[in-house]
Amino acid sequence: MRREIPTFIAFFVGVICIIQFFIPHWPFGTMVDTFSDWFIILQSFAIWLGVLNLMKVSLERSLSKKKTHDRWYGFVVVLSFLLIAVIGMFFSGGREFQVPGSRFDYLYVNVYTPLSSTMFAILAFFVASASYRAFRARSWEATLLLAAAFLVMLGRAPVGDMLTQWAPEGAHMSDIANWIMTYPQVAGQRAIMIGIALGVASASLRLILGLERSYLGGD
Amino acid sequence: MLSGLACGLLLACTALAQDMPTGTGSPDTAAIAAPVIAQVPPPGPATGVTATDAPNDDGEALIVSWTASPDDGAGLRNVSSYRILRAEAGRPSGAPFDTVGLATAGNTQFIDGTTNPGRDYIYVVAALAMAPTPGGAPVEVSVQSDPSQPVHSRAQWFHTGRLNSLFAVLIVGGAILYFIARARSGKSLFIRKIGGLEAVDEAVGRATEMGRKIFYVPGTQDMDEVQTLAGITILGRVAKVAAEYEADLEVPVARSLVMVTCREVVKEAFLNAGRPDAFNEEKIYYLTDDQFGYAAGIDGLVMRDKPATMFYMGAFYAESLILAETGNSIGAIQIAGTAMPAQLPFFVAACDYTLIGEELFAASAYLSKEPKLLGSLKGQDVGKGIILLTILLGILLTSIGAITLKTSELDKLGWYNIGQWFDVQ
Amino acid sequence: MAEPRPSFLTRMMRIDRRVIFVFIGVALIFPLFFSISQRIQVSPEVAMLTAAFEKVPDGALVLYSLDYDPPSAPELQPMAVTAFKLGLKKKFRMVIIGLWPQGPQQADQALQSALRDEQFKDLKLTYGLDYVNLGFQSGNEAVIQKMGSDIPTTFPRDYAGTPVAELPIMKGIKNLGNFDFMVNISAGYPGTREWVQFGVDRFGLKMISGSTAVQTTEVSPYVGRQLLGLMGGMRGAAEFEQLSGFPGRAMKFMVGQSVAHVIVILFIIIGNVAYFATRGRKE
Repeated sequence: MRREIPTFIAFFVGVICIIQFFIPHWPFGTMVDTFSDWFIILQSFAIWLGVLNLMKVSLERSLSKKKTHDRWYGFVVVLSFLLIAVIGMFFSGGREFQVPGSRFDYLYVNVYTPLSSTMFAILAFFVASASYRAFRARSWEATLLLAAAFLVMLGRAPVGDMLTQWAPEGAHMSDIANWIMTYPQVAGQRAIMIGIALGVASASLRLILGLERSYLGGD
Repeated sequence: MLSGLACGLLLACTALAQDMPTGTGSPDTAAIAAPVIAQVPPPGPATGVTATDAPNDDGEALIVSWTASPDDGAGLRNVSSYRILRAEAGRPSGAPFDTVGLATAGNTQFIDGTTNPGRDYIYVVAALAMAPTPGGAPVEVSVQSDPSQPVHSRAQWFHTGRLNSLFAVLIVGGAILYFIARARSGKSLFIRKIGGLEAVDEAVGRATEMGRKIFYVPGTQDMDEVQTLAGITILGRVAKVAAEYEADLEVPVARSLVMVTCREVVKEAFLNAGRPDAFNEEKIYYLTDDQFGYAAGIDGLVMRDKPATMFYMGAFYAESLILAETGNSIGAIQIAGTAMPAQLPFFVAACDYTLIGEELFAASAYLSKEPKLLGSLKGQDVGKGIILLTILLGILLTSIGAITLKTSELDKLGWYNIGQWFDVQ
Repeated sequence: MAEPRPSFLTRMMRIDRRVIFVFIGVALIFPLFFSISQRIQVSPEVAMLTAAFEKVPDGALVLYSLDYDPPSAPELQPMAVTAFKLGLKKKFRMVIIGLWPQGPQQADQALQSALRDEQFKDLKLTYGLDYVNLGFQSGNEAVIQKMGSDIPTTFPRDYAGTPVAELPIMKGIKNLGNFDFMVNISAGYPGTREWVQFGVDRFGLKMISGSTAVQTTEVSPYVGRQLLGLMGGMRGAAEFEQLSGFPGRAMKFMVGQSVAHVIVILFIIIGNVAYFATRGRKE
């Protein structure tokens, strides 16, 4: 029963969701909303599992006798979590903790925002190093990719239009880049998306029918 | 003379506020209660108010339509918006209407999505204008239309706008089920090689030889994302190989429910490999839900632990390149798989093998070689073949239509534009 | 015996990534210290978007859904600021929500930034009457579906905890059909695609969107049908600023982007020249 009950639940909910797409009449129309609400509630309570696990693992690392850097990182995780949680819950005006000017908002704007932005900004450097390594004209297809990348990179920045000021209207670098992004790129993306959609349909059917049960553990 | 004129204006406005010569006798519940002096008369009313049942819904919506006020969008009595009022038919005379919505000038339709199925309603549309007052703030002046006929909303048993989707579901779903049944009968099916999946054993073996870890990242989304389920399915297979090779597998996750599921899957995998003692649930742990916090956490672990093998299987967003480049910088062998089209180029550039889109969903069938799972892949291919033929037909017909009718606008191609048959409401 | 030093060409084929990082860092930081302006050619998608914005009547009720977080703010915040500036200019009644937890805070920062513009320094905006921030609601696309039928139940309180029934701007707003226009700025999921699937397709919302450069390729197929226009990445933000007459940060940062692109191209050329030269020698 340990696997049969979850499989039946997956089947029942999956079939209802498919039916609801075609039959708006009660009860089908409202059942999907109800299932969505249940999932939101599950997600919200499940966060505690993750948080408690994180605290446990971080505390074990920070109290470990092994002299590794992980000790200090574990300590930082626990301290940061407690700082944000305590300030947000008790020193930031209760329910209005997110209102601009609160202590929680100060931490959000001055600590969290710069940290997140920094991680995202790292992408700029990684794109450069990945491009340098990946764009080598090893074959015809790779050369085509390289040429398209050149044209789009130049066209996406104003410098491309500056270099092609002499060209007639519609033949500037940005026009070429737009053409590449609008036609060949979209065609390729759509082809991949069609394949993905069919893959999702097939995988979902397998899950709903119980043919694929490895996510429950075992074969 | 001036005082007479002022009195006349005052009387006129009083009359306007209480009862309109053209329009209903029902007071607008949100209209101004006290008479005010306005320098211009009120706008003309909206006319021809009708209400019809909204099609293809659960019976909780009516569509209210009207002909715009003659002063809509112009003139001194410029209508700025319309207030839609509703009351139940059969209510006592003089009972107020309720406001159910506002529509700005230029609109002649409003969807009231708060009706109860089977109950009769009547609607009135009040045209609103802002009338200037001498030396004061403008005041709202409104005039109501005649009420509509009573109408009730009904739920429909079938969404007729989705008939084309139903055909598609039946055809593609039918093909998948047919080939699953056929595969069960023992007929073998050809599936092309997928490089990334062929390399799983080699990647795990490399980690064992080097005595370093395997990191498995099952995406950054929750259990409601089918890519996460596909990633967890592959994790089961990878965990089994890792157990057999006695490799050290770590699974940092971004969602609590995913952590719980991954623990079950890896535990079963180790059990099936005959190594239940080697399973350590602390190796599957939660980091954070936050996208870049998760990426930062994994990057730190990768730089310190220097795993030999990295797997990225699931749904990723901008953090994909951060993870993959960091793994590349330490020389790890990397196998990625995602169905996020925007992230595929990053994985292709930075990883040794990439499962593109549907290959991620095919992985479980590919690795297990189970006939019924392989049959579903075949059914998928039939669906793809049908779509391909439809696209070719569409290109042909659209081209013929464009040449014949001498137009490049899709709307003017008529039946040549078969794309309109695929619109989903 | 020590290994012979790799040749110059071999070293050019395998430049340490840290050297590339230094060059990119300089390329991005350098232009910030100099005031360099450059004219940006406007793409059709942004031209459509700005035209759609201009067509919305003054005083319209507009929904702003800001679905991104601080990491995407460099690309998307300039779009939000300009969208708010246009909204202030056209006296929209603005209802702000977020499908990402940090969206409403980003919206608040963007609106405050818009209000600091010279043009609006004398403008008096009343919260609850001219605009409202309903905050974040979890549930992803389920939130959009619920807004299609009942917004006050989906967002019973605003950002600060005030019941929506007490806010004048919310009077008469029942569902998505009540909005004249929608501005969505998103960095991923949930975002533009979900709004198109569950908002535009189901409730006929008139919508424009701004997305990160990476997401643009995924949502560009919707332009012209479900989307009335699209801004892609920092370039799209810069084009929007230029067309709408509110020059801002995006236009300034585009200079750095230009220099960085040129440097990446130079490194790619170096790598390929070294690759072909080395391959020629081996043959």
